[in-house]
Amino acid sequence: MTTDQNMFSEALIDDEGIVYEGEMPEDDPYALSYETGQGTVYTVSGGDWDSISSPDEGERERIVVNMGPQHPSTHGVLRLILELEGETVIDTRCGIGYLHTGIEKNMEYRTWTQGVTFVTRMDYLSPFFNETAYCLGVEKLLGVTDQIPERASTIRVLMMELNRISSHLVALATGGMELGALTAMTFGFRERELILDIFEMVTGLRMNSAYVRPGGVAQDITDDQVIRIRETLPLLRKRMKDTADLLVDNAIWMGRTVGVGYLDLAGCMSLGITGPILRSTGLPHDLRKSQPYCGYETYDFAVPTQDTCDAYGRFLIRVAEMQESIKIVEQALDRLRQGPVMIEDKKIAWPARLSIGGDGQGNSPEHIKEIMSQSMEALIHHFKLVTEGFSVPPGQVYSAIESPRGELGVHIVSDGGTRPYRVHYRDPSFNNLQATAAMSNGSMISDVIAAVASIDPVMGGVDR
Amino acid sequence: MSDQQSVSPFEAGLEVAASATTLPEGMRELEVIGVRHGAFSAQDGGDTSGFGGLVAPIVMPGPTEPPYGGWFDAAAEELALALADRGVPMTTAVEKVVVDRGEITFFVRREHLLAFASALRDEPALRFEMCMGVNGVHYPGDVGRELHAVYPFQSVTHNRRIRVEVTCPDGDPRIPSITSVYPANDWHERETYDFFGIIFDGHPALTRIEMPDDWPGHPQRKDYPLGGIPVEYKGAEVPPPDQRRAYS
Repeated sequence: MTTDQNMFSEALIDDEGIVYEGEMPEDDPYALSYETGQGTVYTVSGGDWDSISSPDEGERERIVVNMGPQHPSTHGVLRLILELEGETVIDTRCGIGYLHTGIEKNMEYRTWTQGVTFVTRMDYLSPFFNETAYCLGVEKLLGVTDQIPERASTIRVLMMELNRISSHLVALATGGMELGALTAMTFGFRERELILDIFEMVTGLRMNSAYVRPGGVAQDITDDQVIRIRETLPLLRKRMKDTADLLVDNAIWMGRTVGVGYLDLAGCMSLGITGPILRSTGLPHDLRKSQPYCGYETYDFAVPTQDTCDAYGRFLIRVAEMQESIKIVEQALDRLRQGPVMIEDKKIAWPARLSIGGDGQGNSPEHIKEIMSQSMEALIHHFKLVTEGFSVPPGQVYSAIESPRGELGVHIVSDGGTRPYRVHYRDPSFNNLQATAAMSNGSMISDVIAAVASIDPVMGGVDR
Repeated sequence: MSDQQSVSPFEAGLEVAASATTLPEGMRELEVIGVRHGAFSAQDGGDTSGFGGLVAPIVMPGPTEPPYGGWFDAAAEELALALADRGVPMTTAVEKVVVDRGEITFFVRREHLLAFASALRDEPALRFEMCMGVNGVHYPGDVGRELHAVYPFQSVTHNRRIRVEVTCPDGDPRIPSITSVYPANDWHERETYDFFGIIFDGHPALTRIEMPDDWPGHPQRKDYPLGGIPVEYKGAEVPPPDQRRAYS
């Protein structure tokens, strides 16, 4: 037993030369700890190598490798802390938080409508899902769920399903890139561009559009846009088939993914896993079917499942889901009827009135004329709605939708004010990333990449 | 505003709240979590709108008496039986039940949370296989129960959702961890600890998850400032968001 001069407490070194700091548990040699006024703080940044592993530890040397947060194949700023014996992974831990931006805290200082602008930036590959989940929650708090115009719900479904395709395309693209299938990456991003063009045409922005608002959507879709979306679908369908053909029966792709990242139904249930990972165990659980929202019960589509519980099954499910989404998009386009896209209640509806200008979007000249030169009351109302916003009756709701990655749940608390009291996103990426260790322990390092790619975490959603 | 500074604004507000609000039939208590003064956030006497003297209680939805409606009653009965099997009467474990906006919330006393969670998971008639995490909410005005932990549960078998809410005082922010029953809550409890400082007893490794390990304080608490700097644009200055005028 020796004493060590450092910033922490007394260090203990046992017979095997492993250093223990303070109350550090014996099986956790990586987390140093020290006491603060608010309790014990653990630092998982590691330490001096000699203090972690003694050189004479026998013939099977166990090393710890930090992979990420800037590694090209960890699917974003994910840090994997791998414990290795040779090429075999003994233990896996995830280090997250590199993309934490305090969105939930910021939302408490803006109006309910402005919150959409924040949530759209969480899971940046599926912004319309973030927006819709939030708006459905706010509408439930307001008690106006029944008053949302049908056209608005249909447009939401349309945008969400297009978004599901673009998100799955990126899942295939980045997953392919991480496993060395670079053509899949170029194909995936190329096809996604078609969908982002649609988003730009409809909302004005490719990503982070803040398009779905409490009460409806920000702007209507014109007939020209509907035609252009219809024209895009056959090309999208053909190119998606190309991408699928490239990989589905590809021997190398199958060699990298079949039987890799195994997680069965019991594992999914106990770890709260939803989405394609859960459906790869054979359970057809999809909130669009079991707890429909936005009128999903009226659309004709299937929930693809596999029973292989592995990365290959999840890949097949994503490919099949994209086809189903195209079916839903076509049905949504067919049932678009003329009508309002924003709730009737003028105390909630914002943007109040927009019209298509020469640049494709903009304020309604009639509305501006009315509030600026005709009706002072209308101007006051507009000013109050924009600066103050609307109040939401006190209470809390949990609104959940099926995002491309699983159950996206939003817990919203209102204290009756014009700002959210607390908004919390139960992001599927955050929850599903917990399965990394269960999927990869005991496998090779290369399989960890395939397993993480099959989870398809988006770090913007994980960290928020 | 100056005469309100002599008494605590919260207490003054509570008096007004009690006199202005009558209890609906069957309700045990008002769920007052705070008091709102004025219609604008001006606290320095600069509010000339005439609304500065307004005092209104902030009342959350109160307890609901059975029948709760729909499948809620059957589930509540099953819960009572399951809890009795575990030696905990329903009235001991559950503080109150709130049915609001079609969702049911069980307020569970923290010492009985584990028994409650295992009943939810294991009883065939309940079968809530999934816990969708835990979320903290900080109510500084809810004296003695400032920190709330909110757990959404989902049953895939029965296609149902319920919510469990557990409270703890700021001075003793401890709630038992349910990771032994629902391992999915591992990261969620770490996140809630990180943001609210709620200590989940029995969690295998309760460390920060989003903030850096040596971060001081818990950012989602209401007493933690948002921060930010004024923004200058074309000569005018816009204060940071938490110092702008609020309307609630």
